Amino acid sequence: MIHVEDLFVTFGHGPTEVRAVRGVSFSVAHGEAFGLVGESGSGKSTVLRAIARLTNAWTGTIRIDGTALSHRRDRATARRMQMVFQDPYGSLHPRHTVNDILQEPLQIHGIDRHDERILGALDDVGLGRELRFRYPHQISGGQRQRVAIARALILEPEILLLDEPTSALDVSVQAEILNLLVRLRQAHGLTYIMVSHNLAVVAHICERVAVMNRGRFVEELTADSLRSATPTDAYTRQLIAASGGYDRELARGIVTYE
Amino acid sequence: MSVQAEAPGAGLRAWLLSAAPASTFQARCQRAYLGWITFRANPIAMTGLFIIVALVLAALFAPWLTASNGLEPVLERRLQPVSAEHWFGTDQLGRDIYDRVIWGARITLYIVGLVSIIVVPIGLLIGTVAGYVGGWVDNVLMRITDIFLAFPRLILALAFVAALGPGVENAVLAIALTTWSPYARIARAEVLTIRNSEFIMAAQAQGASTLRILRRHIVPMCLASVIVRLTLDMAGIILTAAGLGFLGLGAQPPTPEWGAMISTGFDYLLDQWWVPTVPGIAIFVVSLGFCLLGDGLRDVLDPKSSAS
Amino acid sequence: MTEAPLLTVEDLNVVFQTARGPVHAVRGVSFELGRERLGIVGESGSGKSQTGRAILRLSAANGRVSAKRMEFDGIDLMTTSEKQMRDIRGARISMIMQDPRYSLNPVMTVGEQIAEAYLIHADATRAEARERALEMLATVQIRDPETVYNLYPHQVSGGMGQRVMIAMMLIPEPDLMIADEPTSALDVTVQMQVLALLDDMVRERGMGLILISHDLNLVASFCDRVLVMYGGRVMEVLEAGQLQKAQHAYTRGLLNCIPELDHHQDVLPVLERDPAWLTE
Repeated sequence: MIHVEDLFVTFGHGPTEVRAVRGVSFSVAHGEAFGLVGESGSGKSTVLRAIARLTNAWTGTIRIDGTALSHRRDRATARRMQMVFQDPYGSLHPRHTVNDILQEPLQIHGIDRHDERILGALDDVGLGRELRFRYPHQISGGQRQRVAIARALILEPEILLLDEPTSALDVSVQAEILNLLVRLRQAHGLTYIMVSHNLAVVAHICERVAVMNRGRFVEELTADSLRSATPTDAYTRQLIAASGGYDRELARGIVTYE
Repeated sequence: MSVQAEAPGAGLRAWLLSAAPASTFQARCQRAYLGWITFRANPIAMTGLFIIVALVLAALFAPWLTASNGLEPVLERRLQPVSAEHWFGTDQLGRDIYDRVIWGARITLYIVGLVSIIVVPIGLLIGTVAGYVGGWVDNVLMRITDIFLAFPRLILALAFVAALGPGVENAVLAIALTTWSPYARIARAEVLTIRNSEFIMAAQAQGASTLRILRRHIVPMCLASVIVRLTLDMAGIILTAAGLGFLGLGAQPPTPEWGAMISTGFDYLLDQWWVPTVPGIAIFVVSLGFCLLGDGLRDVLDPKSSAS
Repeated sequence: MTEAPLLTVEDLNVVFQTARGPVHAVRGVSFELGRERLGIVGESGSGKSQTGRAILRLSAANGRVSAKRMEFDGIDLMTTSEKQMRDIRGARISMIMQDPRYSLNPVMTVGEQIAEAYLIHADATRAEARERALEMLATVQIRDPETVYNLYPHQVSGGMGQRVMIAMMLIPEPDLMIADEPTSALDVTVQMQVLALLDDMVRERGMGLILISHDLNLVASFCDRVLVMYGGRVMEVLEAGQLQKAQHAYTRGLLNCIPELDHHQDVLPVLERDPAWLTE
């Protein structure tokens, strides 16, 4: 469904040039969940932003169902592909009520039956209807992230781009949001591309995972082989080991991979 | 909150504090009400609000508050001192100064209002477009803004009025032309801080047009600081208007504009002090009122100080 | 433990006066700390950070701190004057915050700041201070101290910034270090290195460490003892390596809802909060 070929993203030019993504290719089948993991600066979020065309400093081809995307954002693609951001405190407009936030995409795309759709979306993500006219600062972090997910779903997209959707949340709230994401994918047959620094979170949601370092794919593997800790690449092995908790010996042996 | 929501019989208050507002309108009212509670707790801001409300009331009810329209000379009662009959005395043409000050409130309000509706949209438009679009558009718009910022305000206003001819409308136009540039700067600075925030990206990812993002997402975020700045600037605007009036370039006689009143009463300062002093006090009080109000509004509206 | 504890906290309470009435952030927290690694774990709003701040008397202005006893190395922290407190802070008790970028002075090079921290608490010349700062940078595993000494905070990465911050906090050789989420903004591998550094300080210099974090697994793997906090109260105290034997329903619930790499669950158990936890 999604094919990315030879994606490069370069910010700035001359001496301050940053090559955030350096030649990344992958494809995601219809209904599949694909994960990108890596440390900060690995370019994982940049890949997602290029696909959403939130940056236009990219080269290569991004195809959805065979149609190549242009650098300009277009409404037709926006309707098929939506994004959920990392920070539930920053991704909702502080002066818009939940209702305003959910109505916005409907207005942009000229979709009718606002009341019905907004209430449906609230039910879908497990938010009480009494929250409809609250402001973001009046609801909790987990509820905010549910609003962000509802906003992405209200256009009934086929693809959801998830940029660290739980990293700003407490673990108990994270579990609720992860369960929600699993349920929504089954219910709506969604295709996910999820970015996270947390291997366990990615392995929980996704069937296939790509490990990124310094703008490149280090290796691509199934969630099962990530779980059984049989990756072939040394960088991936170090990442898995470091995620397992503190180990004095391991800390001494950490290597920086270029 | 729950305690207040359960309080029986407090109709409007319960509606304003309800934890589950039932409409966007109610949510907006609640927000305004909570702002009002913060504002109300600040006595200095309330003093400012009281002065401005008094100014508005004086302007609205001028015909009922005064005995004359303060325009016709009554030469037999020239320069009478403060008395029970003439609270603020009379001027060199025998007009009641109290009446003229009250009618002058209309002109002051007219100037303030007109300047606001010219300055805010221009400043917001230029600032937000420059900040959001960036690149060469930003450069061109900001250089134009710099040009206007580079001149002292009164001198530039003088030049404009000299070119356009004296009169209240032209004075307003001149003040507006010399006042909008800082607003463009403020709006642009505000946009730069929110341009890369996730809620703007979310709107972009939804397919919102640039115009829509500016109107629905960016302008509301800039509005607060612009309004606060405008209120704080009002004193300066009133003083500039008075200055132009004083120099004979603003309102023309016999219009009871406060600056012009000082100007024509200036010769009597030593012997009949009330003639120029009363309008001077009026200017001072109203300017002060706007300053105090602006300070209070900043506490309520400014997202940075109310973020916690 | 045979020697007297470094820090004793008994029935610590922190109450904030807000527009919506008093908020009881910390409710009757008690613990003792020797020259060891103590973890305080909890979700946001559990009062873990407020506990750390209260020890240094750095609670916000609207907060009121009360305790039956709060004693650091024989000094009663509840009654010491603000002036004495300033001498204690930094010199004897240090604190590391989550984001180094907000805690470092942007117009001073990182080396100067470390040297400055040394000069405030030690009687030394500038040259000596510089020498000590360079040594300290090397201690925190910075490969090229001479170069890093002359960098400004915005020129260093997050991980390096945090190491600089730690160097600055360690140079006066404090007896107690309070680290509030020192690694949560860092990558896992950098996080490991930073923790190893703190580990060394406890082992080699006999420093006491309070590590405040939301990450139960990490803290449990690092600390000698872990305090689990919820709603301002201590739910449970766990010994190192005994995480899987946690008794309290809250700790168990918290552990269960973390997705684990080594075994997959289709649905994660959701933490059910029991109001009784706040009163029992």
